[in-house]
Amino acid sequence: MAKHHVTATVNGDAVEFLCEPQETLLDCLRDQLGLTGTKEGCSTGDCGACSVTVNGRLVCSCLMLGVEANGKSIGTIEGVAKGEELHPLQRKFLEHAALQCGICTPGFLVAAKALLEKHPDPSETEVRYWLAGNLCRCTGYDKIIRAVMDAATEMRGA
Amino acid sequence: MRYEAPTSFDQAVALLTREPGEARVLAGGTDLLVQMRTDIVDPILVVDIKGIAETRQITEEGGGFRVGAAVTGAELKEHGKLKSVWPGVVEAANLIGSTQVQGRATMGGNLCNGSPAADSVPALIAAGAKATIVGPKGRRDVPVEDVMLAPRKLSLAKGEIIASFLLPPKSGKTADAYLRFIPRTEMDIAVVGCGVCLTLDAKGVCTAARVSLGAVAPRPLLVAPAAAAIIGTTLDDAAMKKLDAAAQAACQPIDDKRGTKEYRIKVAGVLARRTAQIALERARKN
Repeated sequence: MAKHHVTATVNGDAVEFLCEPQETLLDCLRDQLGLTGTKEGCSTGDCGACSVTVNGRLVCSCLMLGVEANGKSIGTIEGVAKGEELHPLQRKFLEHAALQCGICTPGFLVAAKALLEKHPDPSETEVRYWLAGNLCRCTGYDKIIRAVMDAATEMRGA
Repeated sequence: MRYEAPTSFDQAVALLTREPGEARVLAGGTDLLVQMRTDIVDPILVVDIKGIAETRQITEEGGGFRVGAAVTGAELKEHGKLKSVWPGVVEAANLIGSTQVQGRATMGGNLCNGSPAADSVPALIAAGAKATIVGPKGRRDVPVEDVMLAPRKLSLAKGEIIASFLLPPKSGKTADAYLRFIPRTEMDIAVVGCGVCLTLDAKGVCTAARVSLGAVAPRPLLVAPAAAAIIGTTLDDAAMKKLDAAAQAACQPIDDKRGTKEYRIKVAGVLARRTAQIALERARKN
């Protein structure tokens, strides 16, 4: 079966890759583009470890075909820090010890960043609902929520 | 597997009609990709309909709304006017899955996935929505309650695609609501779902109603006796009791891990009352 030629933007950089029609965007990011920060958890859209943004919209990259990314702008965990400078969410995750094994962390960071870009001043309830599709089996979530709330405060300059 | 992304319905219908093997329509993919991943389906052809403009638009039409079959839950939520006119439909669609799933999941997919527990379907049925179907013989409008026949079985012929949903104009004090019962707060599949749409006259008497139940039968139901129980009433306690009984009587549920038959029947009655109460309060404000 012929491979599809996909051109897209990933974290602001133009990329192109060849993919099989049934390959997911997650597979393409990891295997074709070498962007292994996006993690595979359940591969059925339940855990959120593979969260990325597509044209600014938060999605599970395991629930999208790579070929569907043609012409789209993708945001992954690799685009969250600016070079060596961590994003406030990343710093706050470290300060609050909001990660243990780390497999869920890229997904949480991408999802939380998408939330704060949309709602800079969310309530704790809004954060919890927004992140309900990101599962973490280590932290018990409280540290993650505190880190996101703290990062939101800092980012608002409050 | 072959992937095609046509930009017109003519192309999409031709692709689906010509394919002798298993062909699937791709909208948001939140069900289809999982089913492909778990080998429940193994399509030879996948036709992505998101390149066809009508499937991705929300437009006002004939005093109501036309909502493309591939409009996502997140987009429905962000459409202020649609949400204010048909809050039950939008809330039902927004109950499906996580934020990530909302970024992709569509009402067209929710209906065509053919689950009796699909959240948006009872809300669309209660609202009196029609599905606009395109196929080899042209376009036809079908009441949403007539699209699904049984689990995973639809009344669509080969080559037919749901293009959009038509939500009718609302007259006077009309409002809709949808509730589902799940044993947790988020991210679950309905034990029972209920959509209600009702119209009040100036005196607060219900002049028209539609009640729909999900997850209590092989397909989402339009329950005429439940509507009859509240039409002509102010939805007082006696009417609510009749509504409860009529909703329970319509149920033909199965036992499964989410609930027993008896439990689902009981919950259907309670949920019908609660949903009608929300629709009532909204209608009074319209």
